[in-house]
Amino acid sequence: MTATIEIKNLHASVGGKEILHGINLTIQPGEVHALMGPNGSGKSTLSQVLAGRDTYEVKQGEVLYRGKNLLDMSAETRACEGVFLAFQYPVEIPGVNNTYFLKASLNSIRKYRGEEELDAMDFLSLVREKIKLVDMNEDLINRPVNEGFSGGEKKRNEIFQMAVLEPRFAILDETDSGLDIDALKTVSDGVNSLRSPERSILVITHYQRLLNHIVPDFVHVLFEGRLVESGGKDLALKLEKEGYGWLESKAS
Amino acid sequence: MKFIERYESQFSELFGEGSGEPSWLALTRRSALDRFFDKGFPRTDQEEWRFTNVASLSATTFDSAKPVDDGRAMALLKKLGFGEWKRHEIVFVNGRFEERLSSLDGLPEGVVVESLARAFVDRGDVLERVLGEREDFDKTPFYELNRAFMVDGAFVQIPTNVVVEEPLHLVFLTVSRERAIASHPVNIVLAEAGSQVHIVETYGGLDGEVYLTNAVTQIREEENAVVDHYKVQRESSSAFHVATSSFVQKRNATLSNHSLSLGARLARNDIRALLDGEGTDVTLNGLYVVRGTQHVDHHTVIDHKRPHGKSRELYKGILDDAASGVFNGRIIVREDAQKTDSEQHNRNLLLSRNALVNTNPQLEINADDVKCAHGATIGQLDSEALFYLRSRGIDLEHARKILTWGFMADLSERIRIAAVRDRLREILFAEAA
Repeated sequence: MTATIEIKNLHASVGGKEILHGINLTIQPGEVHALMGPNGSGKSTLSQVLAGRDTYEVKQGEVLYRGKNLLDMSAETRACEGVFLAFQYPVEIPGVNNTYFLKASLNSIRKYRGEEELDAMDFLSLVREKIKLVDMNEDLINRPVNEGFSGGEKKRNEIFQMAVLEPRFAILDETDSGLDIDALKTVSDGVNSLRSPERSILVITHYQRLLNHIVPDFVHVLFEGRLVESGGKDLALKLEKEGYGWLESKAS
Repeated sequence: MKFIERYESQFSELFGEGSGEPSWLALTRRSALDRFFDKGFPRTDQEEWRFTNVASLSATTFDSAKPVDDGRAMALLKKLGFGEWKRHEIVFVNGRFEERLSSLDGLPEGVVVESLARAFVDRGDVLERVLGEREDFDKTPFYELNRAFMVDGAFVQIPTNVVVEEPLHLVFLTVSRERAIASHPVNIVLAEAGSQVHIVETYGGLDGEVYLTNAVTQIREEENAVVDHYKVQRESSSAFHVATSSFVQKRNATLSNHSLSLGARLARNDIRALLDGEGTDVTLNGLYVVRGTQHVDHHTVIDHKRPHGKSRELYKGILDDAASGVFNGRIIVREDAQKTDSEQHNRNLLLSRNALVNTNPQLEINADDVKCAHGATIGQLDSEALFYLRSRGIDLEHARKILTWGFMADLSERIRIAAVRDRLREILFAEAA
């Protein structure tokens, strides 16, 4: 079986400063992995590098996505191949209608895959079906992308997009931040409904509480740009209780 | 001065002895020509022309425009139109009324839409009054040139309390032959008390042709009149386009003006609104989209002369390649204009390192109880937003188009005529980025 993602000795830097010092991580189809770690450990850097943000420079190592060289692909090609990043801070885009944007996105991906583009009617019924998964207010989809959305609405919008685009590999970058308890549950339910044997998910979070809802198969701890500990879901509980201090010795 | 001889000889050829024009008109022309000679073509050492160099225009010899009779005008009319939309249309080719291309049936009773050339004959007294008005603003040399050489244009009169539902479309096409030609259209719109009308002016020519359009549009609103006015400039990319728009509003009159500037190698618009009555309301919106080595200049003046006036101005520019733009927005609040409420914004999006824009808000406030806000910005496409779109599978070029469209979307939403709005969306989406 080909792994969904295989990260080998990945070194990445931004503005000349190395943030990731050799990451190794393999995720098989159907698996959910959680990536935890304190602020500044490089979690978001990893997610941006995987999604193709060109402000980050890869100095060493390789990333195979379903056997193909991911780092050679443009951001849009990665998305078309099935990589999805739910942003920690989704961007507001004034003047661009949410529906228009999502339709352009879905049809770009369908076109890449040689599928027929959806017309307005079919797209609308797809939207109506998927929006229920995250219990998002339907009015929001006719507003400009994320403009004036609350923190929680922005996060729902990310998972709603994931539901529409049906990626093979989704990275959820601190999707829980800014969500209250009820919203956390709704969004998590949405994510869980998208779990499938073909789809892999990397959940990035500070807190164990998200992992009560989205239960991971594996938990990894990123510390100062290195993966210092891996384990099952119990590792998250240990981190919750003991903090990250005990990992310092492992990092050096 | 070589240009004086050139223009003097053209003038006497066209309007000299035996032209048969009434003496007031001959006098209007002559004095305008003399003022043009006094002023000369603008130079960049003059404040109002610092960033707009017209040397290539003043060095070009333009023939006076002659009528043509071929199919090119009709094809051009179709291209520059707004699809199937209900309107009354008056068409000018090379500066002269073209009856066969116009459709003016079914105008509401009492509404006059006719060629200025005919109005000179039928309505000499009205034109003598309107063209003889002393307008106290600084006229450009091009305005004087227009007055000296005016031949035709649209004369529009909307009687008291008449509402014209379908827009009036004034179309100016240039289809030149071997030589560069100049036309100097004059449009006069008299909106009487309580009348309402939508007016769209469209300017365009065959691509690649060199010519000059030098237009003057005057709109006069009586009490409570409502005018919604659009000027769509889609001249040939080798053409020169110069225009003065002058608006005078009486008590409680409302006017919205939209200047959409897409074409021409060099375009200069002087727009001046005089709020000459209590409680008047004026909106000046503008959008300029230029690329290559195009240059576009908007100079606007909003003159609050009476109390309780309101003005809103929003200009947006999108500049690519080595294109350049100028926005100069002057707002005057006179002593008597208490309770004025005025807002002005100019926003520019530069899509290339070589694009350039000069923006200059000027506020002159002489009353103490007023609200005036203004702001100007120059920026680039947001790289975070570009990445966001690309991370959703949208390629770079399309992502740039979407963001560029988003930048101007609020302006397009202010266009009230659906056919114009939709057509512009098509044109701009194709041209953006």
